[in-house]
Amino acid sequence: MDITDFYDTFFEEAEELLADMERHLLEIDLEEPDAEQLNAIFRAAHSIKGGAGTFGFDVLQKTTHLFENLLDHTRRGELSLRRDIVDTFLETKDMLHDQLDAYRNEEEPDQEAFTRICQTLQQLAREEIGQELEAAGGTPGGAGEPPTEAPQPAQPRESFSDSDTAHPQMGEQVLAVALLNVGEKDRGLLVEELGQLGTVQDQHGDENCYEVTLLTNVSRDDIEAVMCFIVEPEQLQIRPAEQESSSWDTQAQEAPEKDALTPSPVQQKATGPTAQTSTVSPGESGKPKTKKAKAGGESSSIRVSVDKVDQIINLVGELIITQSMLDQTVSELDGVTHSGLLNSMSLLQRNARDLQEAVMSVRMVPMDYVFSRYPRLVRDLAGKLDKDVELVTEGESTELDKSLTERIIDPLTHLVRNSLDHGIEDPDTREAAGKPRTGRLTLSAQHQGGNILIEVIDDGAGLDRDRLLAKARESGLPVSNTMSDDDVWQLIFAPGFSTAKEVSDVSGRGVGMDVVKRNIQGMGGHVEIMSRKGQGTTTRIVLPLTLAILDGMSIKVGGEVFILPLSTVLESLQPSREDLYAMAGDDVVLKVRDEYLPVVAVHAALDVEGAKTELNETIAVIVQGEGRRYALLVDDLIGQQQVVVKNLETNYRKVPGVSAATILGDGSVALILDIADLHRLSRAKKEARRPQRASTDYESFFRKEGEPS
Amino acid sequence: MTSLSRHEDYAASEAQNREFLVFSLGEEEYAIDILKVQEIRGYENVTRIANAPEFIKGVTNLRGIIVPIVDLRIKFHLDKVEYGGQTVVIVVNVADRVVGIVVDGVSDVMTLTPEQIKPAPEFGVTLSSDFLSGLGSLEDRMLVLVDIDKLLTSEEMALVERTSA
Repeated sequence: MDITDFYDTFFEEAEELLADMERHLLEIDLEEPDAEQLNAIFRAAHSIKGGAGTFGFDVLQKTTHLFENLLDHTRRGELSLRRDIVDTFLETKDMLHDQLDAYRNEEEPDQEAFTRICQTLQQLAREEIGQELEAAGGTPGGAGEPPTEAPQPAQPRESFSDSDTAHPQMGEQVLAVALLNVGEKDRGLLVEELGQLGTVQDQHGDENCYEVTLLTNVSRDDIEAVMCFIVEPEQLQIRPAEQESSSWDTQAQEAPEKDALTPSPVQQKATGPTAQTSTVSPGESGKPKTKKAKAGGESSSIRVSVDKVDQIINLVGELIITQSMLDQTVSELDGVTHSGLLNSMSLLQRNARDLQEAVMSVRMVPMDYVFSRYPRLVRDLAGKLDKDVELVTEGESTELDKSLTERIIDPLTHLVRNSLDHGIEDPDTREAAGKPRTGRLTLSAQHQGGNILIEVIDDGAGLDRDRLLAKARESGLPVSNTMSDDDVWQLIFAPGFSTAKEVSDVSGRGVGMDVVKRNIQGMGGHVEIMSRKGQGTTTRIVLPLTLAILDGMSIKVGGEVFILPLSTVLESLQPSREDLYAMAGDDVVLKVRDEYLPVVAVHAALDVEGAKTELNETIAVIVQGEGRRYALLVDDLIGQQQVVVKNLETNYRKVPGVSAATILGDGSVALILDIADLHRLSRAKKEARRPQRASTDYESFFRKEGEPS
Repeated sequence: MTSLSRHEDYAASEAQNREFLVFSLGEEEYAIDILKVQEIRGYENVTRIANAPEFIKGVTNLRGIIVPIVDLRIKFHLDKVEYGGQTVVIVVNVADRVVGIVVDGVSDVMTLTPEQIKPAPEFGVTLSSDFLSGLGSLEDRMLVLVDIDKLLTSEEMALVERTSA
């Protein structure tokens, strides 16, 4: 076992801590900071520092150390928060994140950035509290000890016991580490680990109690944190060795510890009545404690590889299919003679569904996971661009597969940046245009038709059609003035295309939108843009839920069964001849309550033989796809059912007009229709049938479909 | 159809020899590497896929996996394409995919020595010799050894999405 084995755990934890820290920093009320939040931020910094020290991430440790000191002053009320201070803190947090990333990639963090952030923090300390922060070179100062540690008078000769002899260390110290009941193999490892933390001066003892004398500048807690990966906390006792007893000058260092337990006047002033409750519960104290809790098997969550979850999901899917096949067979039996069996069957059905739901929920995370990172981004960017922007998020509870949420972050970030930079105007321009000074950026998520729609909506200037076209010509893209708006908007996805008047460090380099599009397509989704000049732009990301159960409506066309995602179905009706209007050749529209909907004959689009072709014999299902409504002509509605979405691309390829497949109760495969794609397919086929307008549209359609791009 | 036992005793002693699953398309006999074969099943319950090439019969449910079914008889332009009790689907594993191929019948598992495998001559348009790994000569029989990997992943089979942009 190697200490590097624990890096990943540390990185993950540190990342979570940083996210917490950021959330608290953003939420904090500048006028009346909540003591709990200040403590939480402090704790996060402290825990990271502890870990960084343990693993020898020097730069990270030093940065967090400075940061932590500042935070300590803050929580004690010696430093009052201002917006720019929070900005600095946020910047520091970002820096920590960068450093973390660097370590994760086994690189050394950027020294320049490190020096800069240290200077910034020092300067802040000088200006605000009028004192230098103690240099971070040596050991983490006393402020670093977890607040739960009970301050106790130094008792170097104290017999081995678990009492918490917290003591701040300045520089190196000699510790006696006792390993109780540790086997020889583990012992070797432990001593080796200790050797990495400091200099092993002496070691002796037997299996019951093996004592190692260690000269180190690592704090006791950190040593424990490392050791606890290998042994139980009870097996480990650390006390200062004799010769160091005199060096325990405690200075002001011990104050924070005391504060945590018995609020000192200073802290009470800072935190008000809540100070009493600020004593940290064991679960949320520093990193070492958390580790112990895990070792004790008391943690409330486990990390499981996604593969395992996927396997379970697949198996449960199989179970559901088998169950419904069984159900179909059993339903033909006589209810009276087989009542017991039928009862058991319905029980099985219920249990299987519950199981499926429970398993599916394991993989799903709410969009909040994604959206929560934007308040920060918007705040920073708006500040940088001198714009007032209000961020509204909707549908945070919409759940999406975890793998998708992770992949959606980058493209979404890009879109948000674009909206802020190009979309929303500066306050004066907005006022002149008769709009409120504060721009509004909305992030929304919703499920629609087996897809998740994620929208970035701004009320900014909108896209400029003329400028886009001009720019496109300049870049040598084939465009014409008669292009539809939709096609013009699509231009911004062309590689290297940017209409920004100036290149800013936010956006405008023209790299990005094509990457956004590629990323989204890589997830099997697509991007749509709706824009009105002067009124804003909506960018919509449509992602399929590849791993989901779908509420479907089964329909019949000819002898074939298809599934429509139930969420796309608005209503169904029997069209009467007078409501059907032919348009320009073979296009047909259906009038439904003053709305004319394009008619998509499913049998024509999918070449189904034996379907009803008389328009008024069919049933029109009004569906919605990609923001538009269509009337699908089908033969019959069969019913609603939940289906397991099966990917067609696993063994085959993308099929036009079809989003996925599923397995019906009788074991046969039914295709799940993709409304918008079906409409495109149907149009392409009609184009193809028109002799004079060349078949190129048809071909290019299929070429487009065939290209994974 | 049940003669699919692996003939392990054979294979172990003569490592150079390769085993082939022999199937018939019309009058001709073809063979594929038996290690590619996952299973053999009847032709049933195939869901048609619109706008696909004619030889792609559709998809079927193989224990929860959606598997495309290719009719090699149509692909090879055989005159008589009938679906009956004898029509079988050989489920093969190629390029991390599972694909079913429809053939007129499965007859045998053959072990061929390296000497029995002759290079394939240049072929006609229907079946490019690129897709053949050779011809197996067996007394009075000739087996067309199909490189099923190459065949099914080829562009003209339209089974696999082209990966280049």
